[in-house]
Amino acid sequence: MNTTASLSLAGGPPKALNTSQRLAVLLGFCGLFIFALALFGIDIPNPAVWLTASLTLIFIGTLWFSAAAYKGLPKGIKNNGVLFKSISGRGIWAWGLGIVLTGFYIVLYFYPEYLGLVSDGPNRGLIALFDPLSRALSGNPASQWFVYGSLYTLAILAFGAKFIWKYRHNRYEIIRTCSVMFFQLCFAFLIPEIMARLNGDLPYYDLKNVWPLNYYNFERYRINAFIENGNLGLAMLIFGILSILVITPILTYFYGKRWYCSWVCGCGALAETAGDSFRQLSDKSKFAWKVERWVVHSVLVFVVLMTTAVIYSYLGPDNSKYWLSKSQFLLGVAGLLTLVFAWIMIYRREQLKKDARYGAIGYMVIIMGLIAFHFLSDSGHVFLFKSESLRKSYSFLIGSVFSGVIGTGFYPIFGSRVWCRFGCPMAAIMGLQQRLFSRFRITTNGGQCISCGNCSAYCEMGIDVRAYAQKGENIVRASCVGCGICSAVCPRGVLRLENGPLEGRINPTEVLLGNDVDLMEYVNKSS
Amino acid sequence: MHIAIIGNGISGVTAARHIRKNSDHEITLISAETDHFFSRTALMYIYMGHLTYEQTKPYENHFWKKNRIGLKNARVSRVVPDKKTLEFEGGGSLSYDALIIATGSQPNKFGWPGQDLDGVQGLYSKQDLDALEENAPNNKVCKRAVIVGGGLIGIELAEMLTTRDIPVTFLVRESSFWNGVLPAGESAMINEHIREHHIDLHLSTNLTEILADENGRARAVVTDKGETIECDLVGLTAGVRPNIGFLEGSGIETDKGVLVNRFLETNLPDIYAIGDCAQQREAIGNRRAVEAVWYTGRMMGETVAQTLCGNRRQYNPGHWFNSAKFLDIEYQTYGWVFSERNKSEEEAHFHWRHPSEKICLTMAYDKASGKFLGLNNFGMRLRHETFDAWLSAGASAETVMANLPQAHFDPEFYRTYYPEIQKAFQQHLSKHTAQELTQN
Repeated sequence: MNTTASLSLAGGPPKALNTSQRLAVLLGFCGLFIFALALFGIDIPNPAVWLTASLTLIFIGTLWFSAAAYKGLPKGIKNNGVLFKSISGRGIWAWGLGIVLTGFYIVLYFYPEYLGLVSDGPNRGLIALFDPLSRALSGNPASQWFVYGSLYTLAILAFGAKFIWKYRHNRYEIIRTCSVMFFQLCFAFLIPEIMARLNGDLPYYDLKNVWPLNYYNFERYRINAFIENGNLGLAMLIFGILSILVITPILTYFYGKRWYCSWVCGCGALAETAGDSFRQLSDKSKFAWKVERWVVHSVLVFVVLMTTAVIYSYLGPDNSKYWLSKSQFLLGVAGLLTLVFAWIMIYRREQLKKDARYGAIGYMVIIMGLIAFHFLSDSGHVFLFKSESLRKSYSFLIGSVFSGVIGTGFYPIFGSRVWCRFGCPMAAIMGLQQRLFSRFRITTNGGQCISCGNCSAYCEMGIDVRAYAQKGENIVRASCVGCGICSAVCPRGVLRLENGPLEGRINPTEVLLGNDVDLMEYVNKSS
Repeated sequence: MHIAIIGNGISGVTAARHIRKNSDHEITLISAETDHFFSRTALMYIYMGHLTYEQTKPYENHFWKKNRIGLKNARVSRVVPDKKTLEFEGGGSLSYDALIIATGSQPNKFGWPGQDLDGVQGLYSKQDLDALEENAPNNKVCKRAVIVGGGLIGIELAEMLTTRDIPVTFLVRESSFWNGVLPAGESAMINEHIREHHIDLHLSTNLTEILADENGRARAVVTDKGETIECDLVGLTAGVRPNIGFLEGSGIETDKGVLVNRFLETNLPDIYAIGDCAQQREAIGNRRAVEAVWYTGRMMGETVAQTLCGNRRQYNPGHWFNSAKFLDIEYQTYGWVFSERNKSEEEAHFHWRHPSEKICLTMAYDKASGKFLGLNNFGMRLRHETFDAWLSAGASAETVMANLPQAHFDPEFYRTYYPEIQKAFQQHLSKHTAQELTQN
């Protein structure tokens, strides 16, 4: 991040907050202060009142801050000073916030007792502060996950409102943000709690959270709970399987992965709302793109291996315990993977880069080799490792460290979509499909691009949008989550998110519209 | 063959890229402005804090080496065509087999008293941006800025300064903003929008003189209305002219710009000129002989590269198009729409404006034949390809209007106004037919 050094002694551009914004920040911090008191073990006499007070203060503070920032200004793009401000330009505030968030995630995942979690008695501290809300919803005392879920939802609602205010000229952004706010509040937060109240034996299930994002969905205790809870449980299990095998492919075919990543998903919801101030920090280099491809697809392979091993471990040798036996299941997995692999290699081979082709073949060989090895040997484990150690390392490395500590903790440093871009196996699956078999693309408007770079800078996924736009080429990228901000910030009306026929979807050109038609034909044909 | 290109803007870089694509010629890209190509149109976003300088570079730094495009940071002081050599300021020279001049523009100055004082500047180059950062870092150093010249750069500069809360007085010679180019309705809407941003817009006002303080810095401007406006920065944005001073005495024929034929060839063999600095000996169609536009620079680069790779081609641009953004209002234009000042008798206009939003369009068509000539759209996005096809097909104004939704390019879920526009057009037509009937 090189900003032009100012030679002036009098200082740089205005980046300070106005008075209203300062007061709003003060209000929000009062709310956080109540949390801090609880966290440090101060006994709070009437938690229901104080919790309501702090949540309200934070919410109102954020709204007031947005109003002070955008009210009275003409509608339009509001990125003035983004890269001068400490918080959004990797200054001292950004590093401070990054450290606080990272610390919070470490405590949340690994030391919940510091938040006040008591396993065999009443909660203390911050978690006790949330007990009244938890009891009101599910009837149970709060856990660290309830506290986290509440704060997460609060952040999405408050910053979602800010986002809507900021982009009030843009109906795509308004509707999309209402959607993520709705899914977070209802599907992720309220419905699972209420379901727990109605039927305490059902596993906690955020229905929009699809495997492999919720990598634990098919673990033994959940499968048993689903099966033992009659039709509703069974319906939930079937929904979980259909989500990834049927619903996801169909919606991704019609709308691209955005239907999930920037309209439904909770990780995406946080990135798009609370993370909006950090979207310009993602790395746009080709090198980062290469790292992204290898890492995210490796995570996908990891989760497939892990889940297969876990399910395999509790299935019986025959069909007496579950519908599937160990061998049937393994053969099923092998068959499904072979089908997908064969389809890509036969019909979409020419669209894969060389390293992608090698990677796909390499991974396929490894998975198939391991499955074959199992049938040829008498080892009790599939894939050489104990399923339990695979599950544990996935849960630690990917489920906690990657998605939480790095993914969200580092928002102010690496941008808001680090997890979605480099780590999310669900995004990887939909990305493959989006790149190879979807109607979604971002079209460019003829020859109108001026290569200014706003689209690339504000792409949270680190896509160098400009590289395509300045060639008049559609943007068809696995990682695009369809947030629509590239189109919004474009000062020349060049980019448009569209669903259209597969034919002509990828259209590399060399000479853009506007020049000699003969030359265009000549060059674009010969290249 | 060694091809030297002077200037690493969009024209020179496009030429270099296409030459590399089609040949193994040695290429040297020379610039004294910056080491690497950046998007000039994005300069404003650096000052506004939307982008860093790095982010305005369309290609990563390793691109040039990988594509074997040599970069040289130097200012050419002299071209010696007889020896096929360039001489650099501060010594050194470079020989070439073919030379492309792509040196762009420089801000116009019209001999105003005080135009060379400290604190007086244009906005074109990276150096201008650095100067602005020094002259107007904030509203304490720069308590007021006066901008002279109501064109695209003027309004950009006004927007830039406004983002740092610097009060701006905007002197525009015309009676309405950019009305030499824009039809009256559009120009009026932009006037309103400028004032909505609290920019102090002075129409029909010319600069008479810039006054200096005791240190030789600009302290105020005097207008032809007799007003003296105190200020710390004077932005001169009264258009640009080709940046070709260094060619004097080289034997390369120049007028306003470097004179070229349709093949972009100068009067001397193996020397070409493209982009802002080139001047067509005869203007092409309705185009100006000197076209200082991003898109045309790119097109000339695409064309000259073909010639240098053995496929000699005329510069033969397609249908005119352009775009800009006036503060929050996007503007696109396809085909030709002339302002009232410049349009011919035969050109008729249909204008529609949204009752409350800053959205409008103007369609130009031929009075006699009803043929579609062009369209300006503000605050809404329309599709280039669709208009290009209509223009190629010689579509009628009625066809364009009836099919306007086909050109829709606004993001999904945006409110559309096509039925209102179409209805207004029908009313416009019946009114004008009635008028013609009464006249006859």
